Amino acid sequence: MSPMARTAPVPAATDPAIIRNFCIIAHIDHGKSTLADRMLQLTGVVKQRDMKAQYLDRMDIERERGITIKSQAVRIPWEVDGTAYCLNMIDTPGHVDFTYEVSRSLAACEGAILLVDAAQGIEAQTLANLYLAMENNLTIIPVLNKIDLPAAQPEKYALELANLIGGKPEDVLRVSGKTGMGVEELLDLIVRELPPPVGDPNAPARAMIFDSVYDTYRGVVTYVRVIDGSLGPREKIQMMSTRATHELLEIGVSSPEPTPSKGLGVGEVGYLITGVKDVRQSKVGDTVTTFHKPATESLGGYQDAKPMVFSGLYPMDGADYPVLRDALEKLMLNDAALIYEPETSAALGFGFRVGFLGLLHLEITRERLEREHNLDLISTAPNVEYEVTLEDKKVVHVTNPSEYPSGKIAEVREPMVSATVLAPSEFVGAIMELCQSRRGILGGMDYLSEDRVEIRYRLPLAEIVFDFFDILKSKTRGYGSLDWKADGEQVADLVKVDILLQGEQVDAFSAITHRDKAYAYGVMMTGKLRELIPRQQFEVPIQAAIGARIIARESIRAIRKDVLAKCYGGDISRKRKLLEKQKEGKKRMKMVGRVEVPQEAFIAALTTDESSKDKSKK
Amino acid sequence: MTPSALPLGDPAPADGILPAQAAVGAAERKFSLYTHIPFCAVRCGYCDFNTYTATELGGGASQDAYAATAVCEVEFAARAMAASGLPERKLSTVFFGGGTPTLLPAGDLTAILGAAVEQWGLEDGAEVTTEANPDSVTRDSLAELRDGGFTRVSFGMQSAVPHVLKVLDRTHKPERVPQAVAWAREMGLNVSVDLIYGTPGESIADWETSVRTALSYEPDHISAYSLIVEEGTKLAAQIRRGQVPGIDDDDHAEKYELADALFQEAGLSWYEVSNWSRTPADACQHNLAYWRGDDWWGIGPGAHSHMGGVRWWNVKHPSAYAGRLERGESPAAGRETLDSDTRELERIMLTSRLNEGLAINTLRPAARKAVAGLIAGELVDPVKAFHGTLVLTLKGRLLGDAVTRALLD
Repeated sequence: MSPMARTAPVPAATDPAIIRNFCIIAHIDHGKSTLADRMLQLTGVVKQRDMKAQYLDRMDIERERGITIKSQAVRIPWEVDGTAYCLNMIDTPGHVDFTYEVSRSLAACEGAILLVDAAQGIEAQTLANLYLAMENNLTIIPVLNKIDLPAAQPEKYALELANLIGGKPEDVLRVSGKTGMGVEELLDLIVRELPPPVGDPNAPARAMIFDSVYDTYRGVVTYVRVIDGSLGPREKIQMMSTRATHELLEIGVSSPEPTPSKGLGVGEVGYLITGVKDVRQSKVGDTVTTFHKPATESLGGYQDAKPMVFSGLYPMDGADYPVLRDALEKLMLNDAALIYEPETSAALGFGFRVGFLGLLHLEITRERLEREHNLDLISTAPNVEYEVTLEDKKVVHVTNPSEYPSGKIAEVREPMVSATVLAPSEFVGAIMELCQSRRGILGGMDYLSEDRVEIRYRLPLAEIVFDFFDILKSKTRGYGSLDWKADGEQVADLVKVDILLQGEQVDAFSAITHRDKAYAYGVMMTGKLRELIPRQQFEVPIQAAIGARIIARESIRAIRKDVLAKCYGGDISRKRKLLEKQKEGKKRMKMVGRVEVPQEAFIAALTTDESSKDKSKK
Repeated sequence: MTPSALPLGDPAPADGILPAQAAVGAAERKFSLYTHIPFCAVRCGYCDFNTYTATELGGGASQDAYAATAVCEVEFAARAMAASGLPERKLSTVFFGGGTPTLLPAGDLTAILGAAVEQWGLEDGAEVTTEANPDSVTRDSLAELRDGGFTRVSFGMQSAVPHVLKVLDRTHKPERVPQAVAWAREMGLNVSVDLIYGTPGESIADWETSVRTALSYEPDHISAYSLIVEEGTKLAAQIRRGQVPGIDDDDHAEKYELADALFQEAGLSWYEVSNWSRTPADACQHNLAYWRGDDWWGIGPGAHSHMGGVRWWNVKHPSAYAGRLERGESPAAGRETLDSDTRELERIMLTSRLNEGLAINTLRPAARKAVAGLIAGELVDPVKAFHGTLVLTLKGRLLGDAVTRALLD
């Protein structure tokens, strides 16, 4: 058994030979945070009484959802065979939308723990991150977690992991983050198996930013891994992508509370504080060097965060527009991937078109805005960015159907993704049917184990941003998992479908779809609206149109009776209260021409609800 | 009739003294009395009124003791009104509703009426009505009611079609109604019949049969109410479980239009959304008092009262009700004192339902602006509006709540 390290190595004076940089690759719910907590506890980094469940997940939403959005890095001392080692645990975001951030976290490590729930097996995103780690030549330590669960099947999933990374099933370590079983062995294994970092201590400093977090009191906290040279306190640093320079106000390591140090040397992981207020000035993937002795070549792999999914965000109450604007401004300080611009909708009023990395990013952002700023928001159906070339060769980028050009169009290009689906083999047929119906092209298929299959498709991003994942989950009884990454673009036969209420176009309901699917969209949306919009005193036609051509039509019959027949034996109060309630309801109506449309109709029409298809109006 | 759930309001004092507002202008307002009789032979599946079958209650709340308890409230009312500074007024109308008032011996009803007349007196020609189940009256009981001062009887006919009556849990035999009507006529009583339309399973033809049958009795007055399925009733549960079909507003509208046409053809005119009479004098004056915002005191458990913008309601349970009166306390459970905006809202809501209409020049400017839209929507009679009165068209009567909402914006 390994003892807790008696003397921890000191930052800035640590021999790279005793450093081990690693991260944990795991799916949501597979117990990464619990395992990390257990490590902090065992190594004495966090005292028992300070232990909060999932210490590293700082945001409320992260803790509630059990997922990690922003990564952190912790320096952990651990002694093996009498030598004190320094372990840097770099926590990685666990979701598909944050692939780029994951890739930078991986690039900061020499090894990765592949952590898989012994009751569930590997999931698509974990697999994708594993491939990413293998591409980066990381040493992989396969670990099955939650082996204390009655439903655990360690033999089955150990074989699966061994097949994936090429080893023997009995080499797969079995732990329980919950009970602590096997965690000390894991710490020993990290020291023994992972290579130490290698770098040139005398070269100009080069450190890679793998995370950048905004803190209200300290400004932006930048997490870096030093590759070459060293960084010291009060040095002037330079960002290599922008050549921007900053005064280093503080440098240190997290253990796990931020602790200032005399600097960071080769292979070390720590944080920098420069006083900048916006994470955009300290971008993930960028290389930090010193101003006085700058490196000539930056570390590879840097990319600007590119939003893939766009949605209009509107305050339910128009008066909240300034609150939403301020909230977005604030959120942007901490989220380099978030972009937005003001937008107006005839139906929804003033709002913003916001770009996200993916659907979860959208969901989390919306939830944070609502929760932290006490807002009620409507988000329009998510869109991708289309590149529309007009016949006069002019090129327009469209992220909102209402901006779709009405002129002669030569060509439309849409973004594509390569998607990986993992599922039990019995669901392969259903998955293929789903992907085919979403214009997918099968790329390949492999058995992961006897009864689990990896299926690869190339799909238009637009086809997976709305309800794909929900349907995949229901078609695979919850067992299917999905990962995707951007994969170029393709020319497609796309059209814009408009929805008209009493002849008036309702911009919030317009959609860009493949021509073959325009009719289905028109029928679906007009049908849905017929159910959602209450009957008015006149008949309301609802039409779907491509340009001037009507492709689907429904109508809401005029209401004929809206009167309470009796006065309830003089209980006028009751009748009055009913009326007052109706009056309140009317205030929440948005007028489209003469038609009163309840706010709820917008929300319901813009969200998917498979069950609503079955309901019919009396 | 009183509904099941009481509104939320302010507490009401035990001495029954009313806020000063109740007395303001009272001398110009008419004064009516409503008496709730909370008993029924059986409880109908659609009914959410405050009624009990005979065996459910005991003590001062029992059927036998009820008249004496109601008389207690009559005396309490007279004292409280005097103490609240209300002027002495004769009763303009009296109405006994339920439940089934005629489940009580006629002598009990005339005793309550007698006590009220003793306290306040009756205006000349005042209308005194009781609701009646066709099953629970006889020639003799109707004679006794007439002799005791009743002038009008309103029969709960509901439908002439047996399968419809069955869904409503009504026990009377349809052929009993003409007999009861004939006796009432013989006694010189003014006669009204109540109909309900839109019962689950009722066809248009069924409804036409009911309307024509009711008209064949040549009543002076007909009320036709659409069936409202109230939460908590047996019927609501049956609909929820899919045992009987639900309510369809379009079906209601069609039946209303049919009834209105047949009534007109037979010489009856609407004077309120759900009420038709042979002559203006046959209109139910007590009913009009509600819509016109007059004053009335409601006797009985769960009964509602109104005096000059003060509304209150009694405790619901007959035992609690009797207990309060035994202790000499007001039976009121709660009350509300309406501010001027709320009174205006109520005035529009109530008077817009009447054929006599709403004087447009009494409306606030914003409401007056809405009238043009209502005319364009064919909800309001354009000629009468031109002459200054807002009167609903047939379409407008069916969309009466929408008209009120438009006038409130």
